[in-house]
Amino acid sequence: MALLLSVLEQGMIYGILALGVYITYKILDFPDLTVDGSFPFGAAITVRMISGLGLPAVWTLPVSFLGGALVGMCTGLIHVKLKVRDLLSGIIMMTGLYTINLWVAGTGYVPIFNKESIFDNALVNGIFPAFLTDFKNVIIIFVITMAAKYLLDWYLSTKSGFLLRAVGDNDTIVTSLGVDKGLVKIVGLSIANGLVSLSGCIYAQQQRCFEISIGTGAVVIGLASVIIGTSMFKRVSLIRVTSSVIVGSILYKACVALAMFAGISANAIKLITAVLFLLILVISMDRKKVREC
Amino acid sequence: MLELVNITKNYNPGSVNEICLFKDFSLKVQDGEFVSVVGSNGSGKTSMLNIICGSIGVDGGQILINGQDIAKQKDFVRQRRIGRVYQDPSKGTCPGMTILENMSIAENKGKPYNLGRGVNKARLEAYRDMLRPLNLGLEDKMGVPVGALSGGQRQALALLMATMTPIDFLILDEHTAALDPKTAEIIMELTDRVVREKQVTTIMVTHNLRYAVEYGNRLIMMHEGNVILDKCGEEKQQLNTEEIMGIFNRISVECGN
Repeated sequence: MALLLSVLEQGMIYGILALGVYITYKILDFPDLTVDGSFPFGAAITVRMISGLGLPAVWTLPVSFLGGALVGMCTGLIHVKLKVRDLLSGIIMMTGLYTINLWVAGTGYVPIFNKESIFDNALVNGIFPAFLTDFKNVIIIFVITMAAKYLLDWYLSTKSGFLLRAVGDNDTIVTSLGVDKGLVKIVGLSIANGLVSLSGCIYAQQQRCFEISIGTGAVVIGLASVIIGTSMFKRVSLIRVTSSVIVGSILYKACVALAMFAGISANAIKLITAVLFLLILVISMDRKKVREC
Repeated sequence: MLELVNITKNYNPGSVNEICLFKDFSLKVQDGEFVSVVGSNGSGKTSMLNIICGSIGVDGGQILINGQDIAKQKDFVRQRRIGRVYQDPSKGTCPGMTILENMSIAENKGKPYNLGRGVNKARLEAYRDMLRPLNLGLEDKMGVPVGALSGGQRQALALLMATMTPIDFLILDEHTAALDPKTAEIIMELTDRVVREKQVTTIMVTHNLRYAVEYGNRLIMMHEGNVILDKCGEEKQQLNTEEIMGIFNRISVECGN
């Protein structure tokens, strides 16, 4: 039971990250490595606000999102204005953020065990009756994840969201429409990294600590979730892509949990991540080939 | 009125491969003209269109629209009053978006792309009415992604999208070249109808000499960055394909092609 809950909690938290990666990888066609830096950036902002500044935990959500959006904007500016290649723009930001994250958080490991968090504060403790205590986290995460999903769905159906979808599809047409395609890319990267940072914010509060290493491989987890989600539910038109990406993230976390349950050591987790990712990539590519024939 | 004044354009400047494409190139296009541009590969036809649209910069000269120099304007700013259809049918539409979404996004050109709803359901019937005269059955496929359409269907849609909003110029860059002869014919007729209806100043680059002769009220032949033939009005009416072909062959022979 505890294992299932933990899979659901982490799956949905990383689901928000996957929504961000979905924007960059699937919509913008931009391999954005900033994610490895913006995920812990959200976590660093969060522990600083809760532990260092003693601010109300709810504030961490919008502030982390805005922080991440700022980081995404920088990646976008480096790529669009300084004309640095997409992959390199992300690597530059990711590398720089490592130091900034340490600086924001204070050190590489900051516990917030006895502090107020979005899962443990006067308001939340008042609402939830005693028998739901075990499910408190998963319910709160569910609510936030769904809010993020529906907001993103809404945005993608607006005129501005249409441009975002168009720029990844065919950026010539965005110019034809009289709009600066660079600006659209910057907006897309901002929203994407805002979501990733929000995910990091919730992750830190669920784990009740900040650790500098949590960013390593974050982009791979996001990509894996996006690819699992989009290729599994390709034929199910009733399910929105955003939903399938979140389900993909939960499935991915379940796979990792199974591997851990089977007795593989925690040290091996990155290797398992890499191998799983490779498997997912190859399987999803195979399907594409069959369809093309 | 569109004027290109003393345009100079070099490719690969400063290297051994430096090629001077335009040297003091000038051209005037009056409002309401439908200009067909022909010429061999490398004569500068497409480069001229790219220069007008801002896709490539110039090394010297002015691009005047109604007397105002736009040579320093960014491409996307210029294209607010220009509609352009490319040779590649996939360039004028968004393959991942539906016909309805594509038309909605095109109709919003010139207005802000804000957080308003992307699709205006109330316009659905109006879009269908625009698609119906094409006789391609597109009006019944409003929810189909454009990527699933054929090249001809996409090009028809691209032409429609480029001319949905008020524009000063329509730029057609060999827009029938990638289509089969029958589809090309349909697109060309559609083009003629749109140009007449909207009274829009049009520049059409084509390799099809017959189209160049049949359509439009002015014909220009380009060669090595110069206009070597320029016929309009009555003179253009009297031209025939053989005559143009003759001139075309002569310059090609002179070049050793």
